[in-house]
Amino acid sequence: MKAILSAMILAAAFAAASPARALEAFACEPDWASLLEELGAGHVETYTAINAHQDPHYIQARPSLIAHVRNADLLVCSGAQLEIGWLPLLLRRSTNSKVQPGQPGYFLAADQVRKIEVPSQIDRAQGDIHPEGNPHVQLDPRNIKFIARALSQRLKQIDAANAADYDSALSDFQKRWDEASEKWEQRARTLRGLRVVAHHVSFSYLLRWLHMDYAGTLEPKPGVPPTSSHLSELLSDLKANPPAAIIRAPYQDPKPSEWLSERLGVPAIVLPYTVGGAEGADDLFGLYDVTLDRLEEVAK
Amino acid sequence: MRFRLIVSLWAALAVQAAATAHAAEDPAQQVKELRRMLEEMKTNYEARIEQLEQRLDNAERAVAEARDQASSAEQSAEDARDTAEEVAMQPVRQATPLSALNPGIDAVLVGSYGDFDVGGEDYAIPGFIVGPESGPGDPGFSLGESEFNMYSNIDDRFFGNVTFSLHDEGGETGVELEEAYLQTLTLPAGLRVRGGRFFSDIGYLNSFHPHADEFTDRPLPYQAFLGRNYRDDGVQVSWLAPTDTFLLVGAEAFKGGGFPANAEPGAGAGAWTLFAHTGGDIGISNSWAAGLSYLHADVDAGRVASDGTSFVGESKLWIADAVYKWAPDGNPRNRNFKLQGEYFARSEDGDLGGVPYSGDQNGWYLQGIYQFAPHWSAGYRYDRLHADGVGTALSGTPLDPLGLSPERHSLVLQWQNSEFSKVRFQFTRDDSTPVTDNQFFIQYIATMGAHPAHQF
Repeated sequence: MKAILSAMILAAAFAAASPARALEAFACEPDWASLLEELGAGHVETYTAINAHQDPHYIQARPSLIAHVRNADLLVCSGAQLEIGWLPLLLRRSTNSKVQPGQPGYFLAADQVRKIEVPSQIDRAQGDIHPEGNPHVQLDPRNIKFIARALSQRLKQIDAANAADYDSALSDFQKRWDEASEKWEQRARTLRGLRVVAHHVSFSYLLRWLHMDYAGTLEPKPGVPPTSSHLSELLSDLKANPPAAIIRAPYQDPKPSEWLSERLGVPAIVLPYTVGGAEGADDLFGLYDVTLDRLEEVAK
Repeated sequence: MRFRLIVSLWAALAVQAAATAHAAEDPAQQVKELRRMLEEMKTNYEARIEQLEQRLDNAERAVAEARDQASSAEQSAEDARDTAEEVAMQPVRQATPLSALNPGIDAVLVGSYGDFDVGGEDYAIPGFIVGPESGPGDPGFSLGESEFNMYSNIDDRFFGNVTFSLHDEGGETGVELEEAYLQTLTLPAGLRVRGGRFFSDIGYLNSFHPHADEFTDRPLPYQAFLGRNYRDDGVQVSWLAPTDTFLLVGAEAFKGGGFPANAEPGAGAGAWTLFAHTGGDIGISNSWAAGLSYLHADVDAGRVASDGTSFVGESKLWIADAVYKWAPDGNPRNRNFKLQGEYFARSEDGDLGGVPYSGDQNGWYLQGIYQFAPHWSAGYRYDRLHADGVGTALSGTPLDPLGLSPERHSLVLQWQNSEFSKVRFQFTRDDSTPVTDNQFFIQYIATMGAHPAHQF
């Protein structure tokens, strides 16, 4: 009896000692999990739906994902139809009223920034285009600033009791982000005008920020896997004026970029694309550090 | 004029000659003079070089200064551009393009060509009374299950879906209201209610529309026990458990108007179901789902066999299903494998054309699909059925399995251009009827409109 009682007291003490988690969050992509870690001030526990090796367009509404959306207080995703194939299904099947569109618990990063590549004409002959514009918004540090501000606001709205903590976490993050951004922008000067071939248009925001250019994409149309005829066309177009490198995300098929790299004699490199996409890219800061490291390597 | 010029020339020559003669007189004086002249020239040139160097230096400095000014101008231009960009990046409410409008509307085009001998209206599996949509249909060209689908959140609390499908009816093309239902979005505690006409959530494959299948036809147990898939008018209540492992349990009550049920109208629920589905991930590369379902159906208005006799009675069907999926790093885009199987057991009591019948039937299928390249996948399926033998009173009737065990082997190869279009080739060795039939199918499936959902 005594033993049971002391065990119970011990358990209670342990429960009290572990910090109270006020919020359960569901992040579609690891970038938003990292941002929640920065802004959550220890009050947010985040489940990340996908990892850096998974193509965010082609996720299936797996039972595990439905179960985690069911229990979430806040859902943070890229939006702009990046998750169109699976997020609506998750929301519908989760029956969770807190995270349905229009609720405070439904947060889309792409809604907080101005999107580029908004098509003037929507025709699937152009590939799997996103009518709202390019959704890969995490690859411009200036976007992150806007998103961080809005997300922090949202955390305060959902969990008003900890508003002061969220405020100080935001200002701390903003300070560090501004400092880091300044350094990145210094480094970025050497990359101006660099031309690269990309697997998919996943890097448009990055290239805009760095003033770099696409020399072409391996996919003939967005969402259509590279074909041999398109690759030969690219090869003959680029032979006279080869790009500095061929870039891809960790989840993209290495074969097409390696094929072209061999024939053009330019390096094929993997950019982290998302948090966790490379060694050292463990958070949003690391994501940019490693991305610039790898680009500087080929710009030499 | 000419005279004056000549005179002055002569005068100049004379002076020159005199000077030379004078210099030649004293060589030491001459050297001294030359040295002085050289010295003079040297200082003169040094001064000039120094002057030139000074000017060059000035010029260089000016250039550098100009360059500095230019680069700082460039710098401020860059800064200005960055600032302008940043200002331009300020979030605004971007206009929603027309096609992103609610509701999601899509049309699925399915067309096929089939080369086979056993099929058509009279398709029958010995030992079973199959549903009206069972069997491969008529050989030749077919519009299969082309469908038109519209879905949307109706308001903040409801979601609605309506699907029309085209199907062949003895040479004619019929339009059918396949699904039309309303479901709740925001009931508390993981509860959900759905009402209308819908595909039952029993089994694994039943709730999928046929165009989402990996083969051109449903496995034999679906064809024999559910008439391809079970749908009816009714209501469903389900509950999603608040656990990290997915667990969904639910129940449905139906009118009982759809195969395998055929209840007398107005007699309450002519069919009801219970189901439980669970699933999760194992590491990042593996995921699974499993379920157990029960369907109770009244057949008091009769189930008519191909020879015109009718089964009247009660039907109880159990389904166990399991699905396993593998994708490297959990990324199914380039390569993935899916293994799927379901086991059906049915027990029916009643009579066939007035003769009492009580029998057990079962069936199962197992299929594997491997996507080995972004554009290509291949798969194999084995499906079979078993029906208990019947007494002499029922011998020779449609419920007599004739000692056969219907089975099929199918191979499929699929090419997909994008998420929205695929073409598949299927070969099936069909032993589901007393005649062995080698069947060949080509089928295309194309989706236009709203983006298709990636159902697990």
